[in-house]
Amino acid sequence: MLVGRGFGSEADGFGELIFNTSMTGYQEILTDPSYRGQMVLFTQPHIGNYGVCSEDEESTKLWMSGLVVREACQRASNFRSGSELHDYLAQHNVPGIEGVDTRMLTRRIRDHGEQRVLITRDMESSEAALIERIKQSPRVADVDHVLKVTTDTQYAWQKGYESEFSAPAPHLMTGQKKHRIIAYDFGIKRNILRSLTACGLDVTVVPANTPAEAVLEQKPDGVFLSNGPGDPEVCAYGIEAAKRLVQAVPVFGICLGHQLLAHVFGGKTYKMGFGHHGGNQPVIDLTTDKVEITSQNHSYAVDAASLPDSVVVTHKNLNDDTVEGLRHKELPVFSVQYHPEAAPGPHDSLYLFKRFIEMLEGTGTRV
Amino acid sequence: MPRREDLKSILILGSGPIVIGQACEFDYSGVQACKSLRADGYRIVLINSNPATIMTDPEMADRTYIEPITPDVVAKIIEQERPDAILPTLGGQTALNCAMQLHDQGVLDKFDVEMIGATPEAIIKAEGRQEFREAMGKIGLNCCRSKLAYSMSEARTALDDIGLPCVIRPGFTMGGSGGGIAYNLEEFEDICTRGLMMSLNSELLIEESIVGWKEYELEVVRDKNDNCIIVCSIENFDAMGVHTGDSITVAPAQTLSDREYQLLRDASIATLREIGVDTGGSNVQFAINPRDGRIIVIEMNPRVSRSSALASKATGFPIAKIAAKLAVGYTLDELDNDITKITKACFEPTIDYCVVKFPRWAFEKFPTADPVLTTQMKSVGECMAIGGTFKEAMQKALRGLETGRNGYGNVPGKPNCSADEFDVESIRPHLATPRDDRIDWIRNAMLVGMSVEDIFEYTNIDPWFLDQLEELVEHEKLIVAAAAKGVAGIDEHLMRHTKQFGFSDRQIAAACPDGTTDWDVRAHRKTLGIIPAFKRVDTCAGEYPSQTPYLYSTYAGTEDEVESAPTAGVIPTSTPTAPGNGKRVVVLGGGPNRIGQGIEFDYCCVHAAMALRELGYETVMVNSNPETVSTDFDTSDMLFFEPLTHEDVMNVIDRIEPHGVIVQFGGQTPLNLARGLKDHGAPLVGTSVDSIDTAEDRELFSKLITKIGIDQPPNGLAATAEQALAAAATIGYPVLVRPSFVLGGRAMEIVYDKTTLADYLKRNPHFSKESPLLVDKFLDAAIEVDVDAISDGNEVIIGGIMEHIEEAGIHSGDSSCSLPPYTLSDGIIQDISEKTRTLAKALNVVGLMNVQWAVRGAKVFIIEANPRASRTVPFVSKAIGQPLAKMAARVMLGETLKDVGVIERLEPPFFSVKAPVFPFGKFQGVDTVLGPEMKSTGEVMGIDARFGCAFAKAMVGAGNTLPRDGKVFVSVRDEDKRLILPLIDRMAGLGYEIVATAGTARALQNAGITVERVFKIHEGRPHVLDLIVNRECRLIINTPSGRRERSDDRLIRSSAATHCIPCITTLAAASATIQGLEMWMKQPLEVTAVQDHHKAFAVEETEEQMQ
Repeated sequence: MLVGRGFGSEADGFGELIFNTSMTGYQEILTDPSYRGQMVLFTQPHIGNYGVCSEDEESTKLWMSGLVVREACQRASNFRSGSELHDYLAQHNVPGIEGVDTRMLTRRIRDHGEQRVLITRDMESSEAALIERIKQSPRVADVDHVLKVTTDTQYAWQKGYESEFSAPAPHLMTGQKKHRIIAYDFGIKRNILRSLTACGLDVTVVPANTPAEAVLEQKPDGVFLSNGPGDPEVCAYGIEAAKRLVQAVPVFGICLGHQLLAHVFGGKTYKMGFGHHGGNQPVIDLTTDKVEITSQNHSYAVDAASLPDSVVVTHKNLNDDTVEGLRHKELPVFSVQYHPEAAPGPHDSLYLFKRFIEMLEGTGTRV
Repeated sequence: MPRREDLKSILILGSGPIVIGQACEFDYSGVQACKSLRADGYRIVLINSNPATIMTDPEMADRTYIEPITPDVVAKIIEQERPDAILPTLGGQTALNCAMQLHDQGVLDKFDVEMIGATPEAIIKAEGRQEFREAMGKIGLNCCRSKLAYSMSEARTALDDIGLPCVIRPGFTMGGSGGGIAYNLEEFEDICTRGLMMSLNSELLIEESIVGWKEYELEVVRDKNDNCIIVCSIENFDAMGVHTGDSITVAPAQTLSDREYQLLRDASIATLREIGVDTGGSNVQFAINPRDGRIIVIEMNPRVSRSSALASKATGFPIAKIAAKLAVGYTLDELDNDITKITKACFEPTIDYCVVKFPRWAFEKFPTADPVLTTQMKSVGECMAIGGTFKEAMQKALRGLETGRNGYGNVPGKPNCSADEFDVESIRPHLATPRDDRIDWIRNAMLVGMSVEDIFEYTNIDPWFLDQLEELVEHEKLIVAAAAKGVAGIDEHLMRHTKQFGFSDRQIAAACPDGTTDWDVRAHRKTLGIIPAFKRVDTCAGEYPSQTPYLYSTYAGTEDEVESAPTAGVIPTSTPTAPGNGKRVVVLGGGPNRIGQGIEFDYCCVHAAMALRELGYETVMVNSNPETVSTDFDTSDMLFFEPLTHEDVMNVIDRIEPHGVIVQFGGQTPLNLARGLKDHGAPLVGTSVDSIDTAEDRELFSKLITKIGIDQPPNGLAATAEQALAAAATIGYPVLVRPSFVLGGRAMEIVYDKTTLADYLKRNPHFSKESPLLVDKFLDAAIEVDVDAISDGNEVIIGGIMEHIEEAGIHSGDSSCSLPPYTLSDGIIQDISEKTRTLAKALNVVGLMNVQWAVRGAKVFIIEANPRASRTVPFVSKAIGQPLAKMAARVMLGETLKDVGVIERLEPPFFSVKAPVFPFGKFQGVDTVLGPEMKSTGEVMGIDARFGCAFAKAMVGAGNTLPRDGKVFVSVRDEDKRLILPLIDRMAGLGYEIVATAGTARALQNAGITVERVFKIHEGRPHVLDLIVNRECRLIINTPSGRRERSDDRLIRSSAATHCIPCITTLAAASATIQGLEMWMKQPLEVTAVQDHHKAFAVEETEEQMQ
């Protein structure tokens, strides 16, 4: 049990504690639906420095169950900032704790894996009672988080990189036709939608449990499978739909979408010790031998040994050799474990959107 | 893809002497390059004129040339060594400029030498202002609106476009030399004139002012496969307008959102690609408008820099080492991360602490210099601190500076929380104009109730930083309230909070009633169970286990990581019988560089660590200077990046329980801690603290030397001004006055009469019975001699005897010297040696000792003795071919001189001359005349079989362009006139045209020397200053007239410094110079590798043995 100072919401928060090593981008992380069911510890000591700004939101709300930092900033300083971190958390009902040994916790997670924790203002109950409450709380894999974060209804997304603080558009379509794609929202980050739109695609978002037929009826030129929270195995409906879709149209998956595609082709996923959460993971593109510094957020990974011959590993993590990207040998289907849309993180991998467009246009090269 | 096989031999250029803007960071980078490339089997040829560097140790390269880094000398070495490639990106601007000149002159082509690390095309694109602008335009990045000018008239035309205020940046200079911000026309003319002189290509960039914008720097590394990584982002605390080297800087950037940061990242990488830096490290600087986020690229350096050293220390990512590997063909993904050993170098370090760098200035040394901080760098050193938060890091940096501060607040001589003496009106100007003390004025402003918004208005310092400081100021009030009745008033909760905010025990003690010491606070704190945790700098925020104990203390946590991973793999294998046997020895470093304490002491610390490591000890380095080799995590088995204060050092000692602690190698800094450390149980080794005190305490020392029959100049002590005047009267003028316990001759002056002494006492009132003023008879026209000796407690061996070239009265650090002596008789040398031995024995020295002697006629007087490593140890070590500091470290841990195998080499078969380098060019209008207060920032070494040539090499190495022909201006004081005649006669004989003002001219004419007369300043125009400004005269010999310097002389000398014309201010130096010129003109300069020089010893000694 660690005692620190509370900030944000006064509510209790339960979740599996993970650490994120990004030095910037706390707001994007706070609003990333993939963190549902998790508690996030930032290794960067000062969080909240530049406040919060509506432009930087990756979804409609904060999804994580709590925030652990060394020091939460009292007063933000940045011309874009609209409000303070503390108020933002309070508004969205997320509790935070500061003044604890974040490095010790990080090393604990590294050595012993992601574990369930509780943030509470309850200073009365015994340690045993609190631990009992934690034991009663669900693990990430016990819940279908995707259904909690996905959109209720289908909608069209129209915004590209409107912010003047965006990278240039990754790639503009060269053909005459404006391709239409359907994006599955398993907890999709807005910057994926912005990136697809900025490339000139016509983007429609559908709920996570939309059957493949309902999508194919709309005659899309391609399908995108998004990131999202939780254990991919829990998302059986996603795997089912994708099985049908890959036979029909070009498909691109990111993060959870990548893991679902691995399952589609008969591969397996496993829970990692402490995952990859941060903006400095080196990934080598085995087709070019170039290394890109990537933004990552996943606790599950694809088991390379489980993959059938029909699938090629296109990207590997330089540090631990885990699978970072796949491509089907025959079908126009590929995916990456990391986040080419960044937000937060480096823009090194934006080229993957170009690969998707080339695939839609039928100009891409196959591995 | 492995390394390039077509290269066998690589030439590495060092950066030469330590100057403002170019310090030991380039020794650090060069050493990393030498080590890593040699480990790869390349033959390394190294050139550096600076003997105090580790890189010039003979075992660091295959061929080491301690020769001037000038194109003609380097060309000669290239011809001799025939390297396949030259690596110019690790030796600062000096190396880059020299390599470019070699390229332009066709030398590289002629000898088929490839420039690696950066191509000449890329260097031109990055360094040429116009080329850089065009390149940035091409990739859609904004630069400041600007115009180039190559003459004053072009500059004035440019101004019409740009308007005032504007920034002036000369091309191809370092540390912003010659640049500045002009707010009015007069300043504009001044800065442009100076800038045109200093720029290598006479180019000025006149630029729109973006003063007040936020400033950032990104350290980028790129390999030949176009893999790019950002090693570190650095945010300047001070806004645009203050040179980065003079700015407080923070890593990582604190006030940028991810969107803004990623744009900078993209821009930096795009810049490297466009400029064409294909392999290696570069930094890119940006300004951001705090009001709308507009980004402007300021500049990029296509080489490693001071910032990359800082970034390496801040993250644990060794940029220079990696850059060297990339230059020979490796790619980032092939190289290992040295800290984790299991991940690759191709990643971006992430840090889970905060780093603050604070500059250290030396304005106290140059009272007439303008202490306003501008775009020209003025600081001489820096202190880096690592803390759990910005607040903790800032406080650690402030106390690590050793400027009397114990943290934020607690300014020397001022109590905590005192607001009475200031009002807002008097504070504002101090906020608006940045000086070295602005940080203190921010606190004053907060104490009188100015809001962060107001302070931001005046300082343009980001409110986030100001908020952090305000938290400290507010917290200090809590401490003062709680401690009113004593330290016990601070309970566990408040103590923990206070320590988390980085407050030192001393700051807390200052809040307690009088008489409470930091030791009392420490004791109380420990009973509360509050001690710091030591955490690791690991490049990855704990994501992977660290194999490297690079540690910092913090109260922002409790988990200790000193031994969390086995260090066994890192310790070099030692034989089981090795004396060290894994016992820990702490070496205390020297802290931030300053005038009087710099790289020489770091060299000694590094040697101590290396020697003890070889013996199987587990070596532990404690230091706070990010520029150094000592703070490379490779240098020792454990590195603690900590301020050198009692508190911080004792925390380390408590934690690791060392077998021994070495305080004698890091200069005055650790020595000042010695007594306190010993009294609190630290196991100091080597010469005892009592002996050190005896040497420092005037009375005890006088008694001792009288007993052993050594003479000293008549002297006295004074606790009051009256006593000082009385003492001087008894002793007789001239006298040398100085405070006790100082290094670098701080406030030391030669005083010729009572009035001047009274004036001195008014300017320097801080002395007392405990710390008295020392008044010595000044020995006019004596020869000063420096001796470094080593003793094991029984035997004493003289390391080297150095004869100063300037006469006594000039600080030894500012004096040129020759080893062996070039005029002293054998008898005197014998006498000095014997007396040094006697003294070392009397002081029970175990380790090194430095003694300064003055020789007058046949008599030898002692000036002072310091039983510790001295500034000259590296120079002597290279001159005699024996690593004295290493040997001393071994002796201090119990070996005998015989075990160590020291050989006394009083007469090497070649001359080594050391010459100082001064920062006068950076301080407008400062007099360059030398005195007992040290002013030089660095030194060079010239080696040659002939004294004159060695001296000439040292002069050239020190940046004095000795002319082969042209006009020489001579103006000497009356007493020198007769002695100068034969010298000038010889100069005229060499073909120089002699120019002089009336008095000197008459004397020369009478002696039959042809001389051109020139007006004194008040006599009419053109006068002597015109001659200097127009660079018509190329050498100046000007000796100051005894008691008070004439204002003409002063102007001549400072103008010479500004216009980079060598100016000789003593007769002795003039004589040596002429001797050098004569030899130099007779036969071409020869270059010889240190390894060959040292071979001569072996030959001689074998011959002796055979006889």
